Amino acid sequence: MDFVFVQLLTGLSSAAALFLVASGLTIIFGVTRVVNFAHGSLCMLGAYIGWSVLRLLPRDPSGFVFGVLLAAAATGAIGLAIEIGLLRRVYRAPELLQLLLTFAVLLILQDVTQMVWGAADLTLPRPLWLRAFVRIGDARIARYDLYPIAIGPLVLGLLWLLMRRTRFGMLVRAATENRQMVAALGVNEKILFSAVFALGAALAGLGGALSLPGGSANLQIDLSVVVEAFVVVVVGGMGSLPGAFLASVLIGVLQAFGIVLLPKITLVLVFSVMALVLAIRPQGLFGRRAASAAPAEVFTLIRPASAAVKWFGLAALIVAAVAPFFVGPYWVSVLTEAAISVLFAASLHFAMGPGGMPSFGHAAWFGIGAYAAGLGLRIFALPMEAGMALAPLAAGLVAALFAACVVRLSGVYLAMLTLALAQIVWAGASQLVDLTGGDNGILGVRPAAWATNPKVFYWLALALCVGAALVLRGVLFAPFGYALRAARDRPLRAEAIGLDAVRLRLVALTISGAAAGLSGGVFAYAKGSVFPTYIAVGKSVDALLMVLLGGVQTMAGPIVGAIAYTGLFDALLLATDFWRLALGLLIVVLVLVFPSGIAGMAGRLR
Amino acid sequence: MTLLAVEGLRKSFDGVHAVAGVSFRLQAGEMLALIGPNGAGKSTCFNLLNGQLRPDAGRVLLDGTDITGRQPRQIWRLGVGRSFQVASVFASMTVIENLQTALIAQAGQVFRFGRPADGYFRAEAAALLRLVGMAEQGGQAAGVLAYGDVKRLELALALANDPRLLLMDEPTAGMAPAERGALMALVRRIARERGTAVLFTEHDMEIVFSSADRILVMDRGRLIAEGDAASVRADPRVRAVYLGEP
Ligand SMILES: Nc1ncnc2c1ncn2[C@@H]1O[C@H](COP(=O)(O)OP(=O)(O)OP(=O)(O)O)[C@@H](O)[C@H]1O
Ligand SMILES: [Mg+2]
Repeated sequence: MDFVFVQLLTGLSSAAALFLVASGLTIIFGVTRVVNFAHGSLCMLGAYIGWSVLRLLPRDPSGFVFGVLLAAAATGAIGLAIEIGLLRRVYRAPELLQLLLTFAVLLILQDVTQMVWGAADLTLPRPLWLRAFVRIGDARIARYDLYPIAIGPLVLGLLWLLMRRTRFGMLVRAATENRQMVAALGVNEKILFSAVFALGAALAGLGGALSLPGGSANLQIDLSVVVEAFVVVVVGGMGSLPGAFLASVLIGVLQAFGIVLLPKITLVLVFSVMALVLAIRPQGLFGRRAASAAPAEVFTLIRPASAAVKWFGLAALIVAAVAPFFVGPYWVSVLTEAAISVLFAASLHFAMGPGGMPSFGHAAWFGIGAYAAGLGLRIFALPMEAGMALAPLAAGLVAALFAACVVRLSGVYLAMLTLALAQIVWAGASQLVDLTGGDNGILGVRPAAWATNPKVFYWLALALCVGAALVLRGVLFAPFGYALRAARDRPLRAEAIGLDAVRLRLVALTISGAAAGLSGGVFAYAKGSVFPTYIAVGKSVDALLMVLLGGVQTMAGPIVGAIAYTGLFDALLLATDFWRLALGLLIVVLVLVFPSGIAGMAGRLR
Repeated sequence: MTLLAVEGLRKSFDGVHAVAGVSFRLQAGEMLALIGPNGAGKSTCFNLLNGQLRPDAGRVLLDGTDITGRQPRQIWRLGVGRSFQVASVFASMTVIENLQTALIAQAGQVFRFGRPADGYFRAEAAALLRLVGMAEQGGQAAGVLAYGDVKRLELALALANDPRLLLMDEPTAGMAPAERGALMALVRRIARERGTAVLFTEHDMEIVFSSADRILVMDRGRLIAEGDAASVRADPRVRAVYLGEP
């Protein structure tokens, strides 16, 4: 009984912290329709700023309150600067570019934070008044664990008053429910959006600063918090405050009990709940079904490659094939990775470009392929050839099952669900230590005897990956590809000429997953090992960057993008410790200046 | 021969009775116009007929078969083509590729992954383009066509399965007056030659009176008048709706 009670309180406590961050995220989304990937970074900044401020203030309750509010205000100001400097420029851009831009902010803030505060975790000595224990029955609970339980509902109440009783709140609600209406009311959209973003950022900062007595300011906060906050917002319904509150409680309590009862699969549990809610109520617990889909995107004409491009491609392939005779082992390994990247990027492009299904968790298929090869070797002692065949089969099978549940969802929800799946697979890979070796990974994934020479393996990777990428390209110009693109361009028109969009997308996701799985399988043998990092968010973002760098609206895009990105990334890693900052700035330039990517630009210049 | 029979069709959105009990019949080869002021429920009617919306009540019979509540793609298979009020064509394709896609779907060859679609149904697609007077424009991007050409491409798409019933929601909206007459004359010829039944809406009364065999007048979800041009023109309720006469 006591155990249940204590875990319940712990759960409610973390729920409150979760709610602070998620409420900001959901308000921002409701009004601006931007999914702010940098929201966890704002929370992290709140924690660091809070640390700096609270250290200097008297350690009594009023000093604490003042310091925390100051940290929230400072974070709000930083949010405002980000909105005015960057986000304001992309409100009319496709969702994916918006997400990418906020991801760039995440990367930049990560490195900037490290420059300012250093890499070590920062903790505050707990002030005496928070250290006291409270007795409830037989249980003793620390005050610093209890006080958030009061703050969650308090903030909800204040936000409720703000939304119901003020003109600002009325505008926010109007904008969330009906965008046209705000324009019709003659409100200055710019000011409204800026104010909302600053408010959301301040809430995140508040959440970060308040977490200090119980935890620390550290560089892992950004990703861990934003992924959890996403789950909360999606489960609650995007844009809904009460939804965010209910979902926070649900997820917080689930985690508190999960950690004790099923420590290995807590994350799986959380993401499964999200998948379940979305499968039953695609718009989340309190979300509204979008009246009609997002404003129609403008799709550019897609042409088969011209003779010049084909000759260029052939020449490049010949150069790639003879390269090992002229370059050293380091470059052979870089080229191997580039070949694998080409297929990885092409597989994402297949689903995301012509298929119209953006994905934030494409690494799931890559990782499943890699683990299929690794586990096939470890459990069944499969030879390399069989392992590489198993990789696309396993990934394609999981992708088909996953697709069957989610293809009806659209846009952001679909992207988030693939992220959720990737996180589940990642959690499984790192937590099921007996099977996967956990973070130590699976080692000794060696190529077959005939392919152990790195040059030979490179040729194998080149043949498999570039070959598969060309097959994907071929499929896009076959009847299936036309039909898939038709269903993306104009869903209703496509249905009215007899196309079954759901089946088309299901098959497309399966093909895309299988192709990514193959690239993962080849990667496992190229590296000789399989680690959970193959499925991490960063890997999914790699794929996105490659596709966007090349240009999502072109067919050659992913190939060009993968090669450019692999080269660029290696150069960045060699040149600077702050590669995140450099990469982040690069993405900013890419999104703001060249949204159509390299191949898109080249096409326009011709 | 009655091709389409509509019985007591109803649909409301959040309490708005967009279609509140509509019944009519349409013969093979007949041109039937559905007219009415903005918001009368005409587009909703079309969406109910081609399966894009599911009616709250009522039935739709195509050649005696109950097709109520079937999917748009199933209804297309039964020989119903439609065009949309807001013209919608596939912008990432050329004009001829748009038609090839429709013909591929019609032939049930969508799940083919090898031979380039470019080689499928070229002649048939070209014939459809000639029919709507776009023979020269097959290679153009569908996304940047002039509005009148988009409407013609829409018509060609709707004709790709050689339909028995053609549903056309404002087929000439946005076209120049001369083009409108030509397009409707073409539709009329197709209806005569192939015995295709045509249901269309149109705001231009000249076009309606000159090309329709029969006219249905709709207001606030209900049919308020029915007949040929002369009788509809003379109907006091129609005059009230259109001209604000008491
Ligand atoms: N998806 C929908 N959700 C809510 N209301 C709708 C929806 N579609 C139509 N309506 C409403 O139903 C009514 C009829 O609309 P409909 O589009 O059928 O009219 P219409 O006769 O085609 O008008 P127009 O001549 O302007 O095209 C209108 O009041 C409209 O606002
Ligand atoms: Mg209409």
